[in-house]
Amino acid sequence: MKILVCISHVPDTTSKINFSEGDTKFDTNGVQFVINPNDEFGLTRAMWFKEKQGAHVTVVNVGGAETEPTLRKALAIGADAAIRVNTVALDGFSVAKQLANVVKEGGYDLVIAGRESIDYNGGMVPGMIAGLTHANFINNCINLEIDGTSVKATREIDGGKETVSTVLPLVIGGQKGLVEESDLRIPNMRGIMMARQKPLTVAEPIDVSAETTSVKFEKPTPKGAIKLVSADNLDDLINLLHNEAKVI
Amino acid sequence: MSVLVYTESEQGTFKKVALEVASYAKAIANQLGTTVTAVTINVDDASALGNYGVDKVLNVSNAQLQSFNANGYAEAIKQAVEKEAAKVVVVSSSADSKYLAPLLAVGLNAGYASNVIEAPSSTSPFTVKRTAFTNKAFEMSQINTDIKIIGVSNNSFGLVENSGNASAEDFSPSISDSGVTVESVDKATDKVTIADADIVVSAGRGLKGPENWGMVEELADVLGAATACSKPVSDLGWRPHSEHVGQTGKPVASNLYIAIGISGAIQHLAGINASKVKVVINTDAEAPFFKAADYGVVGDAFEVVPQLIEKLKAFKAQQ
Repeated sequence: MKILVCISHVPDTTSKINFSEGDTKFDTNGVQFVINPNDEFGLTRAMWFKEKQGAHVTVVNVGGAETEPTLRKALAIGADAAIRVNTVALDGFSVAKQLANVVKEGGYDLVIAGRESIDYNGGMVPGMIAGLTHANFINNCINLEIDGTSVKATREIDGGKETVSTVLPLVIGGQKGLVEESDLRIPNMRGIMMARQKPLTVAEPIDVSAETTSVKFEKPTPKGAIKLVSADNLDDLINLLHNEAKVI
Repeated sequence: MSVLVYTESEQGTFKKVALEVASYAKAIANQLGTTVTAVTINVDDASALGNYGVDKVLNVSNAQLQSFNANGYAEAIKQAVEKEAAKVVVVSSSADSKYLAPLLAVGLNAGYASNVIEAPSSTSPFTVKRTAFTNKAFEMSQINTDIKIIGVSNNSFGLVENSGNASAEDFSPSISDSGVTVESVDKATDKVTIADADIVVSAGRGLKGPENWGMVEELADVLGAATACSKPVSDLGWRPHSEHVGQTGKPVASNLYIAIGISGAIQHLAGINASKVKVVINTDAEAPFFKAADYGVVGDAFEVVPQLIEKLKAFKAQQ
């Protein structure tokens, strides 16, 4: 089984989010970049398929050379090979088209992408790859078992979950649940050394246009100070929620 | 060239988000000087849509679409878009709509903006405001394609009544076999879901153990709220994963979010920040949540929550 894990290179959750050039560009100054958390759950599940079922795992990212440390980290965690599509990620749709091209050229059986990235939160790349490559698609996937080409999976739905079956080729939008937080791996020294020897291919992009364009960013207006209510006078809280906030 | 809206249902009845996306579609139709057409799939009675600005309803009844499947539903909506020559398609941010929207975007070669929170600021160029960076910023996104898909963030636009009557017709799209088969569904039908809830009551490790969740559920019952929990609580197995809210869990965008014994880690706040009003109850006055909330009570949850339940019951009885 050939697995492709899509890795988004995103600012760490604790990063301060600022914009430059008249609030039109994300300011990467002083920002620490990490593997998108939803992708990391998928990558770790891919490691399970590698170790238990002999799968070959390639990681891929669409971006400039500055994203290579994130791909190297994925190699250090245990992926066999990496591909960087050498272009600026314009929007979700254009990234999906670049990735779909990688999928078609590499003939992957399973594509794992996070359900959404924590930067632009588009939540569209996995589904679009599936649509573009005519593969089956399971979003919000929280459990995945594969036997030959048969797939059993669990999808999170609003208010619960459902069990589904399908066949390869398959794309999933993955998230926590594919593996648990405690299963995530920190690269060890041997992994980091080995990652240096693994192939990281720079692929030329295909010609695509952006279907959507970020024209400006805004930061939320700072919120007012909290109103504290004494634990001995909860009627005040009910009064505030009813008359001031008007939410009960 | 009407605006087309997919009005979601469950067991033949509209979900709350269906009426919200209809309201949103009406706002765009007004901007564009056109009408709203809704697509329903296996809905028993679609007449409610007329009250939210829908002019025409295409009713799809199809046994192949009895349980949700993203491909089949996307196919049905795509054919409705083509029939109506619609240029704008509106969907919700439910799990199902987020599942089908990217497939629909590929099928229509349409630009798709998700998590949109306001009516377009401009229709030429077509520009919408959406949340990004996990609620730490807003992005003004311009959709460049001929057909545009908008995913409206739940509970952001609200319901806008427009008294009127919608005409209805049956619509029979051709649906191919779904590649994904639903084997079983595990869903509590008697509980408000986090996605649909106006109020969410959430608790963290401050509650000390799963045996203490009775008061959380009781508070939620009194308020008609959904229950949720922090990540450590779901990791410890005190509560099911489906209740975990935060960056790697479910997003919350309720009117009121009550956090009990949750310190307010940045990952948690990122997931719940879209809620309009936040209340924190915590013994530790230094907990980061106090900086993010609107109202706070410094106190022991085991004393505060039971009292709050009693007072809310009295308040509700008066209403």
